[in-house]
Amino acid sequence: MAPARLGQRYGSFVATPTLVKGSRSTRSTIALKLLMAVTGLIFIGYVLLHMYGNLKAFSGHDAFNEYAHHLRTFGEPMLPHEGLLWIIRVVLLVSVILHVYAAVMLWRRAQKARTVKYVVKKHTGAIFASRLMRWGGVTLLLFVIWHLLNFTVGKVNVKTGETGDAAGDPFNLLVDSFDTWWLTLIYLVAMAMLGAHLHHGIWSAAQTLGFAGNAQARWFWRKVAFTTALVITVGFALVPVSVLVGIIEK
Amino acid sequence: MKLTLNIWRQASEADKGAMHTYDLDNVSPDMSFLEMLDVLNEELNASGEEPIAFDSDCREGICGMCGLMINGEPHGPEVTTTCQLHMRSFKDGDEITIEPWRSSAFPVVKDLCVDRSSFDRIIQQGGYISVNTGSAPEAHSIQVPKEAADRAFDVATCIGCGACVAACPNGSASLFMGAKITHLGELPQGQAERDTRVVNMVGQHDHEGFGGCTNIGECTAACPKEIPLDVISQLNRDLRMAMKHGH
Repeated sequence: MAPARLGQRYGSFVATPTLVKGSRSTRSTIALKLLMAVTGLIFIGYVLLHMYGNLKAFSGHDAFNEYAHHLRTFGEPMLPHEGLLWIIRVVLLVSVILHVYAAVMLWRRAQKARTVKYVVKKHTGAIFASRLMRWGGVTLLLFVIWHLLNFTVGKVNVKTGETGDAAGDPFNLLVDSFDTWWLTLIYLVAMAMLGAHLHHGIWSAAQTLGFAGNAQARWFWRKVAFTTALVITVGFALVPVSVLVGIIEK
Repeated sequence: MKLTLNIWRQASEADKGAMHTYDLDNVSPDMSFLEMLDVLNEELNASGEEPIAFDSDCREGICGMCGLMINGEPHGPEVTTTCQLHMRSFKDGDEITIEPWRSSAFPVVKDLCVDRSSFDRIIQQGGYISVNTGSAPEAHSIQVPKEAADRAFDVATCIGCGACVAACPNGSASLFMGAKITHLGELPQGQAERDTRVVNMVGQHDHEGFGGCTNIGECTAACPKEIPLDVISQLNRDLRMAMKHGH
């Protein structure tokens, strides 16, 4: 084939028949994956702590409110009031921006990598959760925004219609909220989505960080991912469900 | 056996292409998949229609030249290459959809033939070791632990057919790269260029327009040589180490 034809041939594609010079590890798709893995692990650490805090609801009104208050005074006087909380918020905000950025870059790349779709395509070897990552991630992001508007920024009591301090103390706000069936339903759906995201995400992070380099390690991380996802989903679902069925009351 | 075949026809790279349906009679279950296509082509030839272009070479499962998307699975329903797939894997009356590998980095040349020279360029970027040619060195002068030699050999069985890319929802060639990275990374001879190898190969991979890996595992399920998914973890680890070493 004539060289001119070759150049012409690749003209319409992403690919070009040239050899790249000066490749950098930090500019690669794997660097984006590493970014997703590390920020993902930060989220997992956070949701575990968050879940622990939620489960305090089983210790009753005073213990729960005490915990919520202590989060704000943690580290005083070395830290300012709500200091720890703001450090966590900043770390999470930066992480979510990087996580979403990397996801969008990889998503766009994947779309360009196959512009002509198959007429028939099976998904042999893929777990269901792995096919939910992108739209599931979008769902989780929307849920987090909703959740922050509901409990952090707005402090909206959906039962009484009050907002801010009038919405009640943390424990009462929690009970009023999850006494409302549709709100509980939203949270349960979101937690199922979180579980699916973590089921594939934790395994994927281990694989990306290079911890699953043999059959035994692969098996181990598959189990760790499934177990952690299950613990987090059930752990978060316990409180809303317990409120709804009356195990946790004011 | 009587079959209905839905086959992608595309006259040239510039052509848009479309699926065409063919009925084929008298297919023997002992035929290989490619022999079945040969029979169809003889019929097309006899009737004056252009035969269907598809790649094949050794027809014994070792060269990596053949590769078709068969009913949504690269190389069809068995763990083998298209040439080693036999018609006994199908039933009389089956409808079979046959498509080329779909990847922006594997442009369709004609019908079911794709250009996989992007794989060659990835290998050119480091899928080798630099040694002077000459008389072969004494085999025992460099010792390799049994486990390392076994793993290197297992992953060196990659024939570069491209089924991993064809199967991957992201169109990533990570399994292909991981196999070569692991093969050479397990051996003493591969150490000198270990960091530059992974960085340059991944750089070329990204440049060719392959997608990023999301560890879904459809590649390894499609691989006729059963290259395990852990080579991708090895690839990622090698890249992370290269990053640490400032490459």
